[in-house]
Amino acid sequence: MAELTNLTLKESLQALNLGQASSVELTQAYLKRIVALEPQLHAFITLTPEKALQSAKAADEKRTRLAKSGQAIPALLGMPLAIKDVLCLAGTRATCGSKMLENFVPPFNATAVQKLIDAGVVPLGKTNTDEFAMGSSTENSAYGVTRNPWDLTRVPGGSSGGSAAAAAAKLAPAALGTDTGGSVRQPASFCGVTGIKPTYGRVSRYGLIAYGSSLDSIGVLARTAEDAEIIFRLMAGFDERDATSSDTPVADAVCSDHTSIKGLRIGVPKEYFISGIQPEVEKAVREAIRVYEELGAEIVEISLPHTEYALPVYYLIAPAEASANLARYDGVRFGLRVEDGGMLDMFMRSRGRGFGAEVKRRIMLGTYALSAGYYDAYYGQAQKVRTLIRADFDTAFTKVDAIAAPVAPTTAFKIGGHGDDPLAMYLEDVFTLPANLAGVPGLAFPVGFDTQDLPIGMQLMGRHFEEQTLFRLGHAFQLATGWHKRAPVL
Amino acid sequence: MTLTLKEVEHIALLARLELTDAEKRRYQQQLSHILEHVAQLQTLDTIQTEPAPDALPKGARLRADEPKPGLTAGQALENAPSAKKGQFRVPPVME
Repeated sequence: MAELTNLTLKESLQALNLGQASSVELTQAYLKRIVALEPQLHAFITLTPEKALQSAKAADEKRTRLAKSGQAIPALLGMPLAIKDVLCLAGTRATCGSKMLENFVPPFNATAVQKLIDAGVVPLGKTNTDEFAMGSSTENSAYGVTRNPWDLTRVPGGSSGGSAAAAAAKLAPAALGTDTGGSVRQPASFCGVTGIKPTYGRVSRYGLIAYGSSLDSIGVLARTAEDAEIIFRLMAGFDERDATSSDTPVADAVCSDHTSIKGLRIGVPKEYFISGIQPEVEKAVREAIRVYEELGAEIVEISLPHTEYALPVYYLIAPAEASANLARYDGVRFGLRVEDGGMLDMFMRSRGRGFGAEVKRRIMLGTYALSAGYYDAYYGQAQKVRTLIRADFDTAFTKVDAIAAPVAPTTAFKIGGHGDDPLAMYLEDVFTLPANLAGVPGLAFPVGFDTQDLPIGMQLMGRHFEEQTLFRLGHAFQLATGWHKRAPVL
Repeated sequence: MTLTLKEVEHIALLARLELTDAEKRRYQQQLSHILEHVAQLQTLDTIQTEPAPDALPKGARLRADEPKPGLTAGQALENAPSAKKGQFRVPPVME
């Protein structure tokens, strides 16, 4: 048996199902690797090795029991998994990367987490994130920055940077992330892994600690499109506890040895190939598009004319929603309480001390955009332009089945590289924000490396609830190329 | 678009955020800069455009308004910074 942590999730499942490895062995292999590499990487905020080994042992016993009585084995029974620290896992603290929630222990599981636990996963711990998922580098975490496994002086991207680093460094077979403006896709790109941001409404948001409720989605960071599809399909589906959850049926798995993309039309939007983009990024993405042409796809030039407005729209809508969502942290029911003086003092001080700089900045910006006299000019106008951005996608998807573009203008940047310039950091998200505003799914995966050996990511965006088209395309690319197999030397 | 320090203080009060003087000055400068950037939205003609309140093709739905088991009072209080007699304890609201 090869080193267990080198197996993909699908290969690990086969090993478990064939009795070549137990869940305890698999879990121990990952915990051992975490102990060795975590001091360099800091991918996790909270590790739960004892709980993981307990549930691995329980999974092995369950497997034996079910096999004896001839019953079906749950799809992921005994599979280790890392979970971003903005998702509720009952009994393990969920900090959201914030001092505000340093001691918050959720009494329930997020629906997505519950579904995976029902399928048998073994949680290893909670991964690092920018505070309340606000950021593009994990530098906004109150618990320290995560380092990019390809270059420890660089960021892993964000906000799901801990999950991306964990997936890339093989600290877990896969990790859950969340994507409000690119927070699965951009770190996937920076760390050279595959990340799916599902359609808005596809995966229940219940138990995802809210940031921007009309934009938030729960996704997966994995080593292959096939692995991401396995986890995605188990999380997806209707949940009455999320008013925006959709009952659109989830498609059957499409990744197989025979996945074909013949006849699919891929749109290339000119607005995503602009000046300022790192030349190697453009070159690698264009080369990947050429691979698709060879594989039988039809390549179509398209236009998404309102792309340039996505950034200002997002940085009004997301902070506005955040300012409302984060109003709940006032020191009363959970989280940090700084109590001196009366009620108002308690609110102001608890929030002033519990939140970090970026969270306060977005709360301030959102409060302003929603305040009397400015609502129509800022928030109202942003909502209207959001309609135009969505219409761009609707029009494009009458002509093509998927849209190919870079994930980010550059490869991973240096820790501290953007200093204290929020707008420079926001520009990192320029290519990922539109999918969230339109609610469409996106898949990011590696398509090359720059001269500094840093991964370059491409994203494919698809029609609402057609993740299967993205998995088909992603998997076909990975059958034909080897970029996703490259791993950082640690 | 330049915010005054007084406007920053007003927003901070609305947002219930205690800020240091240094934070106020930093946010005055940074928020002004961000607002200048987002002002480009004003150049678009949206008179005929409906706002998009969410990202859903079909919009949100509500479940039937029926009582169902949820968290127990004990569970709801587990994370309370201060609780007494099965309730959240807070400082006096009135003097």
